[in-house]
Amino acid sequence: MSAAPLAKDPYNIIITGVGGQGNVLASRLLGGMLASKGYLITIGETFGVTQRGGSVMSHVRVSCKAVASPQIPRGMADVIVSLEPAEAVRVMAAYGNPDTVILSNTQPIHPPGVIKGELDYPPVDEIKEAVKGIVRSFIFLDATERARSLGNPILANIVMLGALGGLAVVPFDRDDFKQALALRMEPGQVPINLLAFDQGYGMVKA
Amino acid sequence: MSFLIDEGKNIQHVLMGNEAIVRGALEAGVNVATGYPGTPSSEVIEAFSKVARKRNVYVEWSTNEKVATEVAAAASFAGLRSLCVMKQNGVNVASDFLLHLASSGTRGGMLLVTCDDPGALSSVNEGESRLFARLLEMPLLEPGDFQETKDIIRWAYDLSEKIGIIVMLRSVTRLSHASGNVRFGPLPETAARAKFTYDGPLLDPVTGPMISMIPARPEPTHGRQQEKLKLAKEMFETCRFNTYTGPPEPELLIVTSSICSLYSREAVDVLGLGQRVGVLKLATTWPLPNKLLTKHLASTKKVLFVEEVAPTLEDHVKVIAAESMSEIGAKTFYGKKSGHVPSVGELNPDIVIAALSRLFDVPYQPVPPAFSEKVKGLAERYAPVRGIMFCPGCPHRASFWSITSALQLDARQGFVCGDIGCYALAAFPTGFSTNKTLHSMGSGSGLASGFGKLKQFGMDQPVVAVCGDSTFFHAAMPALANAIHHRSPFTLVLLDNRGTAMTGFQPHPGSPTDVLGDPAPALDMEKICVAMGAKVVVSDPFDLEKTRKKLNRLLESTEGAKVLILRQACALSPERRAKKKYEITVDEDRCRGENCGCNRICTRIFGCPGLIWDREKKVSRIDDIICTACGVCPDICPAGAIIKKEVS
Repeated sequence: MSAAPLAKDPYNIIITGVGGQGNVLASRLLGGMLASKGYLITIGETFGVTQRGGSVMSHVRVSCKAVASPQIPRGMADVIVSLEPAEAVRVMAAYGNPDTVILSNTQPIHPPGVIKGELDYPPVDEIKEAVKGIVRSFIFLDATERARSLGNPILANIVMLGALGGLAVVPFDRDDFKQALALRMEPGQVPINLLAFDQGYGMVKA
Repeated sequence: MSFLIDEGKNIQHVLMGNEAIVRGALEAGVNVATGYPGTPSSEVIEAFSKVARKRNVYVEWSTNEKVATEVAAAASFAGLRSLCVMKQNGVNVASDFLLHLASSGTRGGMLLVTCDDPGALSSVNEGESRLFARLLEMPLLEPGDFQETKDIIRWAYDLSEKIGIIVMLRSVTRLSHASGNVRFGPLPETAARAKFTYDGPLLDPVTGPMISMIPARPEPTHGRQQEKLKLAKEMFETCRFNTYTGPPEPELLIVTSSICSLYSREAVDVLGLGQRVGVLKLATTWPLPNKLLTKHLASTKKVLFVEEVAPTLEDHVKVIAAESMSEIGAKTFYGKKSGHVPSVGELNPDIVIAALSRLFDVPYQPVPPAFSEKVKGLAERYAPVRGIMFCPGCPHRASFWSITSALQLDARQGFVCGDIGCYALAAFPTGFSTNKTLHSMGSGSGLASGFGKLKQFGMDQPVVAVCGDSTFFHAAMPALANAIHHRSPFTLVLLDNRGTAMTGFQPHPGSPTDVLGDPAPALDMEKICVAMGAKVVVSDPFDLEKTRKKLNRLLESTEGAKVLILRQACALSPERRAKKKYEITVDEDRCRGENCGCNRICTRIFGCPGLIWDREKKVSRIDDIICTACGVCPDICPAGAIIKKEVS
C-alpha cells in the first residue's frame, strides 16, 4: 500500500501529559491508525517508576520513506498534542519551533510542589497567552470537561486524539479509529471511546 | 486474545520492541519463556503470558534471573527452544550460571534477552550487559529496529542450534519500549516433545551429560567453546542484518549498533551528509566480523563510534584496526574516548548531529536562537517541575513515616539500608529521606548484616534494612540467613505489598497465583522467617501508632536478627482499587493552617498527592478523585481536623 505524501517527512507529533493520563494509549492508537494507511511509524516513549505522576511524552513519527529514530531531534516537532497545559510549554521549549502547531487541553494537573503549597501553578489564561506569543497555530480546548460530560474524565486523551483528527495534519478518521480500537480494547469499551473521539473531532472541525 | 498471534498473509502491526521479540520467538517455535521483572524488559513475559495457552508455551516469572536462566536452560537441554529475559542488572545475577552454560553448551536453541537501560531512565545504575558476551564467551546480537528485532530472533535460534551455545540478544529502553511497523511471518506447528538424553560419552555434546568442565582439563569444553565462537564469527561475516548505507569511500565511517543506528542515519540526513558519511550498522557485535570490518575500515580514513554506555564497539574495532594496520593504513578514531560522544547517559539524534557538525564544520541551528531563548524562559515560568513521589495511598509512605518516627524516638542515630523496588524512593523526600544506602537486589539486608557486626569497633547505631516481598525471595533470603547465623542484630522491615509492584504487579513465589493467573502455592514469608530463626512481628503499616511501637520494641532488643512484616497491598493493586474503605474529609474549622504550629505536617511533610493545600481558604483539603481513602492522614493531624468515616 502506498501512503499519501506528508506535509513533511518524517512528520513529527508529540503527545505529552502527566503519567496516568493515557498518552501511551493515545500514541499507540494513533500509530496503529497511520500504519494501517501504509505509513512507517515509530513511537518513542518512556515509562516506568520515574514517570508515575511525572511529565511523560510519546514521540510519534510518520514517514512514507524510512523508519525514523524513536526520538525527535530538538526543535523539530510539527504538532504537540498536550493533555495538560503546562506540559505543552515544557515540551515546546525542547522540541518546538515557530511553526509547531499546539493542540492543548486546558485542565491543569498540579505537580507535588504545587499541592504542597511550595510552588505556584500559573493561571491557565497566562499559559495560553504565552503560547500565543510564540507559535502561529494553537488550539486550546477543555477536553477533560468534555470527557467528564461523557461520564469519565480519563477519556480526555481520546477527545484530544479526535481533535487531532479534526486538525487533519495527518490523515485518519473515525473509521480508522474504530479499527484501531478493535485491536486494543474490549468490544464493550468501543462506543464510549468513539463518542469521545467524535466530541474532540467536532470541537476542532467546527 | 492478543494480536501477537495473528496469522495470515501480509499481516502488519505496530509492535513495541518487546512485543517484536515475542513475535519473533513465537515464529521460531519457542517452547519455554522465563524471566524476572525489570524495566524495560517486563513486557516480554507479560506478552508471552497472553498467548501461552494458545501457542503451548510454558511461561514463568522466576524467583530471580539466575533461576530463570536455569529453568530455560533445562528446556534447551531437553531439546526445546527457550528464552530467558531480564534487565541488565539481571545478567549480573545470572552470570554465574551463564559462565557455565556457555561452557557446557546448549541443545535446543536458547536465547538470553537482555534489555539495557542507557541513561538509567528506570534504573539505579547505567549498566552494560554487552561486555558479558566477551567475558563469558558467547555470541551477541543487537537488532537495530523493530522489524529486524522480530526477524533476527529466528536467525538467532538457528545460530544457537547450529553451534550449540546460548545466544545473547541485547535490546535497550528506546527499542524495547518504542514501537514500529512489523510485518509478520508464519507461525510453526507446536508439537515439541521434551527428553533429556545423558547416557552417551561424558563429553559428547549431543548424547552425553551436560557439564561445564572437567576439573583441571579445560581443553575439551573451553576449546570447543572457542571453536563455536569462531563458527559464529564466520556466520557473522555474511549476516544480512549487518548493513551499510553510504558512498563506497566515505570521508567518515560511522560504526554503530542497536537504536544508535537510527540516530546516526537521522543525523546524516538532517545535515545532508549522505554523500560524505557512511553508516555501518552491526547487528552481530561479539565476536566482531573481522573481514567485514577490515573491508569497511579500508574504505575510509576516519571512523566515528556511536554507541551507548561503555565504549564496547570502540575498543573492539580498534583492536581489529590495529591488527590490520599494515593492510588498511592508519585511521583516526572519534567517539567516547575523543569526547565527540558523551561517555554517560543515553544518546539521541541531537548528540550525533552535534558530533558530525563538529567533525565536518557544518553549522546546525534547528530553531532561531531568539525563539529558543524566549521559549526557555516561558518554560521556567509556566512549567513547574514534577518531582517523583509515592502514589496516593501508597503503603510505603505510611511505612517510612513509622520507620522514621521510630528511629527518631530511639535517638541512637539509627539508619535504614534501602533496596530495589518502589521503596528505593525513600532515599528522597517522598519517603522522608529515610534510606541511607541503595545498591542492588537484596543488598540492603546484606549491608545491614554487616553493619550489625560492627559493635566490637564501637558502632552502636541500630540498623534497619527494608525489602519488598518480591525482593525477599529474589535475593534477601541468603542475607537474612547470614545475619541470623552470625547473630547480627539488625531489623529487617519486610514491605509486603503483595506483588512486584514497581514493574506492574507481577506475581512472585509468595503470590497465590502464577503468571497465567492460575492458582499457585503461596510461600508464607512469616513462617519462613520464623523457621530461619528470626523473631517475627507483623503489622499493618496503615496503623501508624502500633507499627511505630512494634518497631521501637524490636530496635531495643540487641539480640540477633528480627523481622517486622508490614503487610498492606499496593494502592494500584486490584483489591485496593476495588473499593474505598473510608470517606476522608477535612474539618475546615478545626484545621488551623499555618497558625497550627504543626508546620503544615500533612501537606508539606507527609506529602500525599490526595491531600492538597488550599491557598484561598488557607486550610488542607482532600482531593476526592485522587484520594484512595487509606485512612492514614487522620492520624498525623495534631488538631484532629482530618476525619475518616467508614463507608458502609
